[in-house]
This record gives sequence, structure tokens and C-alpha cells, in this order.
Amino acid sequence: MGAFDRERLAMLVQPDRVHRAVYADPAIFELEMERIFGRAWLVLGHESQVRAAGDYFTTRMGRAPVIVVRHDDGSVRVLVNRCAHRGATVCTEGRGSTERFVCPYHGWSYDRAGALRAAPFESGYDKGRLGELRLHAAPRVALYRGFIFASLAATGPSLEEHLGPAHASFDDFVDRAPGGELEVAGGVFKHAYSGNWKLMLENHLDGAHPAWVHASSVAVARGAPEPGAPGEEHYYDIAVRQMRQNGAPDAVWEAVGIWTTPFGHGWLGDYHNDDRLVAGLGNPAFAEYYRALAAKAGEAEAKRILGVTLWNTIVYPNCSFMSQFRQMRIVHPLAVDRSVVYTYSFRMKQAPARLFRDTVAFANVVNGTASWVLTDDLEVYERVQRGLASGATEWVYIGRGHGRDVEEPNGSRRGGTGTSEVYIRAQMRAWLDYMTAGA
Amino acid sequence: MPGDVERFLYHEARLLDTQRYEEWLALFTEDATYWVPLEHDQAEPFETSSIIHDDRTLLELRVKQARHPRAHARLPLARTVHQVGNVMLLGEGAGEVRVASTLVLVEFRAERQRVWGALVEHRLRRAGAGFRIAHKRVDLANSEGELDGIAILF
Repeated sequence: MGAFDRERLAMLVQPDRVHRAVYADPAIFELEMERIFGRAWLVLGHESQVRAAGDYFTTRMGRAPVIVVRHDDGSVRVLVNRCAHRGATVCTEGRGSTERFVCPYHGWSYDRAGALRAAPFESGYDKGRLGELRLHAAPRVALYRGFIFASLAATGPSLEEHLGPAHASFDDFVDRAPGGELEVAGGVFKHAYSGNWKLMLENHLDGAHPAWVHASSVAVARGAPEPGAPGEEHYYDIAVRQMRQNGAPDAVWEAVGIWTTPFGHGWLGDYHNDDRLVAGLGNPAFAEYYRALAAKAGEAEAKRILGVTLWNTIVYPNCSFMSQFRQMRIVHPLAVDRSVVYTYSFRMKQAPARLFRDTVAFANVVNGTASWVLTDDLEVYERVQRGLASGATEWVYIGRGHGRDVEEPNGSRRGGTGTSEVYIRAQMRAWLDYMTAGA
Repeated sequence: MPGDVERFLYHEARLLDTQRYEEWLALFTEDATYWVPLEHDQAEPFETSSIIHDDRTLLELRVKQARHPRAHARLPLARTVHQVGNVMLLGEGAGEVRVASTLVLVEFRAERQRVWGALVEHRLRRAGAGFRIAHKRVDLANSEGELDGIAILF
């Protein structure tokens, strides 16, 4: 394969630095689409998006347009949205429910498993050949607690092996819902940026960035009127609290726990407990929610569930989520320097209705395309990409906390302090594993 | 009367395009809401996310952020041209008028030009000889699309 053999790839990722080609070389990007997005387990969505047989939604696996559909037998299938005949997408973008996916070009129609059921002017085609054609299906699809994963590779680690200890973050996400029932709701933000897909994943566990990137939103929130006391809440309270929280003192960020796994996953913990939680503070809806959770799970179990203080979790290579605010972001690489992120909110079905209003308000502040917070993150991703476009300087330094990483018994590795770049180093180690597997 | 409404909308656009955001903010009533829905035909802003859904306090934070020396996405501020057209009175009553208009907006920043199109609805409250904005809704033609960060005011 020439240019990027194992040795060359290994040179790009060093213990405390990465070569800029990893972010800026189109040839590397092509290889990533094949070896990472073409092989890894990717998070695609949640089963609430495909409740009944025939329900479907479209998304991407790397650059491949795919349809996630509920089959008649109750299983979830992932079909590449590309007609086997001339290659047109057979399903328009979005979601819906259907018996058949019919290609607009020549009317080839496929069932919910992707099998070809009709091809007009059939006598014109070779029968044997037609029998071989179908919508390509992702060979592996698996669910973990309602979240849908798929891999375009027929073989590889099981989903369980892939997630490793990161399953705890999904558990937290689901356990927090009274009765364990979650559903995607409240609209999807789709924000694009002119930067590499990895930049988003490298930002969400970065406790050293808010004080700088988000300085302006922290400052304006500090100058805002005080959030209301219990019973006197304002619409703006969640926004103000969340923006202020990004201005936590350095010592708080340093004390946060940060863990990573060999597959590149990572998460923050020890930060948000429900006394600090912006949705929890003095919020009568939260108190009502607690009662609903305790009624389902029992008092002791409810306390245990809410005592889990996980914060942002990265599921490498395409997902980031916050269990406590029920936000999930999925990054789709479009080109080496172009990415789009889909952000979903989740409703806890048996929680008080007004708690979901907090989720919506929180999503607007943190993930809104025009939000005070996100816009500054996107600006910084683009500035990194511009900086890395030139070969005038070759290396990207990822050495914060290097040498102080701590090995944990369950195969994870912890940062010596909360602001360690251990999670970037872990992502890069996983990147190299994917990129060199079989090379 | 229609002339007064049009003049008011042009004045509002002029304040935005000349970056007089504090004066623009002062056009809004204390109980004003400013809404840029995420979804086409979105019925309400509490159960579904919005690109922007601000009360007066949050709108003020947007204006203040635009002036902050480390507001990275707003340094420099984008240059904008708001072209307001198709102004129509939708209704009148209780000291307020409802006005529909279209907005074509050209935005330029960091060597990138973007064009926005929107259907706009204002609820204008009579205040002395003029108006104040009690509610402004901006339905972007591409609100459900894949959008780069938005650091301008519509």
C-alpha cells in the first residue's frame, strides 16, 4: 500500500506528540475511512428512533450513507443507502416508516432487510446476477441498553469487548431514567465545522479549555442576574448556571477524574453530583423526578444511581455524550478538514414532563448552533485546522500530564490530574491500532 | 401606518448592520422573546430545541458577548447586510401589531460569505409615537440543515 505502511504510521504517533498529517493529510483521511470508520463499532442512534417494524432513520457510517431500520422480526438492520443497480440513494434523508425502499431511478425495490424484491424490466437482466444484488447491510449490528451500534467489518472485537469499562456511562444514562425508558426527542442540531473529525473528540474531555475558549460566555453569565430561588425560577437560569460552571476554578478541573480505555474511549467523573448539577439546583422538577425514580427503583437504588458522578463520555471514534443532561453528539467526517456533528436530546419517558424542558434549554445553551458556548468551540477547531494546514511546523504537542498517567486494573488508564491530555493520548493509541491492523 | 412599520423594521436592520447592538437591544420590551426555531413550522420552544430562544436577559447576554475581548467566534464581528422585504400587516389589537416580512441576509467574516433567507414575524407594541419589539420569530430556510456556527443576530 506504499505511502503509509505500518512503520510510517507508527512514526506519526509518538508518546507526547502527533504529526500534523494525522489531521491534515487527505491520504490519511482516506485510510481512516477504510480502517477506522470502515471497521470500528460506531454509535448510530437509539432504538426509540425505530420503534415499530418499518421505522427507519438515515445517518452515516463514515462517509457511507446508511439507513437504520426495524426489520419485521424485531431486529435492527443497517443498510447502506445505495442502490445495487446504478448507485442512487434509495431513501431520502430523514426518518419515516416504510415497507419497501424504492430507488427513484429505475424502481428497484428492497425490503427492510435489504433484499431485492422487484426490478422493473426484469427480463432484461441476468437472473443469476439479479439474485446476487441487494442493499449492502452492515455485517454487524448490536444494541447495548437500547443504543444502536454497527460495524462495517464482518469480524472484530465484540461490542462488549469494544466498550469495556465505558459501558458504565451508558448504564448511567439509562439507569437515571425511571423504569429505564429513554427516547430521542426535541429536535436534532446539526453543526458543521471546517476541521478534522478528531478535533471534536479531543475537546470534550479537556478541562483546561473552558477558561480560555469559553471566557466570554463565562464572563457574561457572571454578570447576569442571579438564577431564581426555588419557586422563583426564570427561563434563563439553566443557561446562566451552565455558562458559569465553565468558569470553575482551576483546582476543580484538576480534581476531576479522567479515565481512558485501550479502544480510545474516555470519560470525566467526580465532578457533577446532583448538588452541583445545573438541572438539579433548587429545581422543583428535579425533586419530582427524584420521587419518580425512587418509586421505580427504591430509595437506596435511586440514591446510588444519582450518586454516579460521570460527566462527558467519549465513545471512540464517533460519539460523545452526557448522561446527566441526556445529550448525545455523533461526529460524521466529511473530508479531512470538514465534519458535521449531530446532537440528540433524550427524554426520560417516566420522568416529570417539565424535566425535559430543562434538557431542551440545556441543549440550546451548550449544543445550539448559535449558542454562546458551542460557537467558540467551533471557532477554535477551525483555527487549529488552519494552523495545521501548513507544514511549516510538523508536530502537535499532546503532552499535558504525560508521564503521570496511572494504570487501572480494568484495562483503563487514568490521568494524574483532571486536566491531563491522557484521553488524547489514548485516542491516538487507538487510532494507531486501527490504522495498522492488518497493515 | 404601514409606512411606520416599514420604517421601524428598516431602522432595526440598520442598527444590526452598523453593529449598534445595544441600541438594537433597547428596541425590545422587557418581556420580549426572540426566537429562531430549529424545526420547520415549530409550534413551541419548550419541548423542541431552538437555534435561539431568548428572553430579554439572554438576549442581553448575546449582545454583551459580542463586545467581549475574548469572544473568539465574534472577533472580528461578522459584517452583515439585512435586506427586509415583503412587509405585510398580519393583524392588530391590544396595542400591538403583528407583522410578517422576509429577510435576506449576507454575512461576511474570515474570508467566508454566507447568505441566509428567512421568514420573519414581529409582534410590535406601540410605545409613544413608535414601537418596541415584544416578540420576534425568524424562521431560517435552512434551519434544519447542517449549519456552521452562527455568531450573528438576525
